[in-house]
Amino acid sequence: MNSQVGLAPIILISTGVIFDLVGALGLIRLPDVYNRLQAATKCVTLGTFLVLVGVLVHSGWNAMGIKALLAAIFVLWTSPTGSHALARGAHIAGVRLWEGTVVDRYKEDTGR
Amino acid sequence: MDTLKRRLLDLIIYFGLWLLLTWSLDWQGVVVGAVLAVLFAIALSGLLPEKAERLFSPVRWFWAIIHLFSLLFWIIVANFDVLYRVLHPNLPIRPGIVKIKTTLKSDEAKAFLANSITLTPGTLTIDIIDDWLYVHWINVHENLEDAEAITRDIAGRFEVTLRRVFD
Repeated sequence: MNSQVGLAPIILISTGVIFDLVGALGLIRLPDVYNRLQAATKCVTLGTFLVLVGVLVHSGWNAMGIKALLAAIFVLWTSPTGSHALARGAHIAGVRLWEGTVVDRYKEDTGR
Repeated sequence: MDTLKRRLLDLIIYFGLWLLLTWSLDWQGVVVGAVLAVLFAIALSGLLPEKAERLFSPVRWFWAIIHLFSLLFWIIVANFDVLYRVLHPNLPIRPGIVKIKTTLKSDEAKAFLANSITLTPGTLTIDIIDDWLYVHWINVHENLEDAEAITRDIAGRFEVTLRRVFD
């Protein structure tokens, strides 16, 4: 590994950071828990994934690169699961949907 | 596949993960990893599902890779979708929770379908009850009663590949 950073890692990491930023913006701008989770899950997953892939490309197949790759796979795997748990927990705890919401089949079916 | 074989596979996976994470073949590290892998394989209730022999089917792996690429494509589409909705001054959303019926049978397939749906444009799986998936959709169709069209839009693109991987 040399101290010179190539072009590919820079592109990957900055794209990742931009998507992370969009996810954070969505967290502020969107109205309720569920919409916010949408933005947070999608953008932050891809953003973090790209940052970690950038680290892998930069450092190559050594201890750091492999750890970044494993972390990328785990992020891709666990972050949707986590957002499902948060959304379900919020719904059961009675967090209301935004007033512009058109339909809630989950409430109709489970009564929660 | 019987329980003992599955536990042995678990052990190999844990040990392989340890070797990848530490990335050294120093004998002390390897011994610690082997001991921990055995402990985890005994203590934790199995990692692999009942039909673990499917892990050795190349056809299933082929479809898994196809699925991964289609998933990556849809994740990128999803990100531009969020980018558009978040940066648009009027916040063009029309959210709602819809339910869809999946034709997938095994639990693993349903879990992966739910996760794939969460990562794709505008949808977030909230719960699975039997064959029904409850999905929060950021931009619900005009036609709410057309359950088939909703199912096709949300789940259709993944059911094809996931069925070949898991069922």
